Amino acid sequence: MDFLNSIILLTNFIIVPGITYGSQLALGAIGVTLIYGVLRFANFAYGDLMAFGTMIVILVTWFLQSKGITLGLLPTALLALPVGILLTIAVSLFFDKTVFEYYRNKKSDPVTFIVVSLGIMFVLNAVVRIIIGPNDINFMDGHKFIMKAREFKQMTGLNEGLALKSTQVITLITTIITCSILFYFLNKTKTGKSMRAYSNNEDLALLSGIDPKKIVLLTWIIVSILATVAGTLYGLDKSFKPFTYFNNLLPIFAATIVGGIGNPLGAFYGGFLIAFSEIGLTYAYKKFFKYIMPEGLEPSTLIQFISTDYKFAISFAILIVVLIFRPNGIFKGKVI
Amino acid sequence: MFFSASNLTGGYGGVNIIEECSFNVNRGEIVSILGPNGAGKSTAMKAMLGILDLKNGTVVLNGKDITKLKTQDRIKLGISFVPQIKNIFTELTVKENLEMGAFLNDTNLLTRLEEMYDLFPIIKEKKDQFAGELSGGQRQQVAIARALMTEPDVLMLDEPTAGVSPVIMTELFEHILNIKKQNIAILMVEQNARQALEISDRGYILVTGKNAYEGRGDFLLNDKEIRKAFLGG
Repeated sequence: MDFLNSIILLTNFIIVPGITYGSQLALGAIGVTLIYGVLRFANFAYGDLMAFGTMIVILVTWFLQSKGITLGLLPTALLALPVGILLTIAVSLFFDKTVFEYYRNKKSDPVTFIVVSLGIMFVLNAVVRIIIGPNDINFMDGHKFIMKAREFKQMTGLNEGLALKSTQVITLITTIITCSILFYFLNKTKTGKSMRAYSNNEDLALLSGIDPKKIVLLTWIIVSILATVAGTLYGLDKSFKPFTYFNNLLPIFAATIVGGIGNPLGAFYGGFLIAFSEIGLTYAYKKFFKYIMPEGLEPSTLIQFISTDYKFAISFAILIVVLIFRPNGIFKGKVI
Repeated sequence: MFFSASNLTGGYGGVNIIEECSFNVNRGEIVSILGPNGAGKSTAMKAMLGILDLKNGTVVLNGKDITKLKTQDRIKLGISFVPQIKNIFTELTVKENLEMGAFLNDTNLLTRLEEMYDLFPIIKEKKDQFAGELSGGQRQQVAIARALMTEPDVLMLDEPTAGVSPVIMTELFEHILNIKKQNIAILMVEQNARQALEISDRGYILVTGKNAYEGRGDFLLNDKEIRKAFLGG
């Protein structure tokens, strides 16, 4: 019985949150990796692009709620998502036309692009704060729990509860759908293959008649979809605060590089790796050991590897270790 | 002449790498551009493709002046090019490489793929492997097949046998002879001058960016002076 309790404990506090957070990071990391693969720079404005998309979703959600339109059990934000995606695509294309295109035509160094993206990051960040403010916003409505911890305990008679939030299930389902479509597109369609070809060998893609302008346009569209979806899922699951999205840039970059930059499938796995490391290493295992250790041998300390306050240090450490020992990532990617 | 370039002058920056170079090639003909290192062979080819800005000269395809056209537009008109390096998509499968070759026109993709499988049996065998996993000779075959997927009238090859063993080189040249039968105009730059001339109808020898000699393949092969200077005795 105790063994069962320990499993439920880990599922509730590590596995379920890990899968949720991992999905959100994975979607973000695939976006970063696609930009790197096609446009050849690390886009620091990505976190704030996520914030921008989520902000639009929140504004539309509020508007819909004020008109009395909701999705019932599901969060209204899902209804607002398409609008958020469209406006985020518009913003991405606006910055591409006004800023990135100029440097692309000049064939600037990747470092120049990174600094330029930093500038756009500040602009987007300011825009979001001016429009919606810097505070925490909770825009989750609809049914909050699929299963409450108390209900689970009553149902099974176990000491430990297993809670399942509806946002966690929505995150997982949305991620599966989004990634399935994306990988089908990249691997099976002519346009998707041409995108991979362009990312792999730009000169030969041009010699094959692939139009670089179309590829760039398509990349921004896909990336904006991913950013908005990832941002909204994260905001629904936790809450929306512009600064958090900027902070999430680090785990997202770590996931991208761990998976091998430029490699979408690697970024997908990288997201989960970072999420599980972060949650697994900041969790206090005292109760877990209490269940599995014989009586009298229970640990007296928290058995927490590192405080939750330092969770970003974990992404950072993984990032450094990967860059030193496997600079092209666990899965085959490009070396930065 | 089906495809001709005349009086090409140009280079990078202010320096001219090629001066007053002229080449031409007909359908069903193999023409080699030979010469010592740094003679401007590859540059001449790039000039014909529109990758290099020309100061002077004209490029004519099938009676149409294409000198002002961009590279991508020339490709649409039926010129295909196999670069010397980075000439395959390493992260795509062999079949996907060929599909990318047919990007502009894939109306008869399947028959075209079958034709390539017939022409290069190794490609059929390896079609689902990543092109980056192939050997040097196999990569060259994929590269040439990718270029042929567009159903080009002119095929330009930049050192197709660079870095492969003599056995593979002979095999590649045999493939090129087979391509010639499809009534394609083939223009290639080669380091292996003697072997290239053996399969060529005509050849040009460039020295310091200028046409030095030109003529039929067997004529160049048998010329004493040329043998001594360029073909190693």
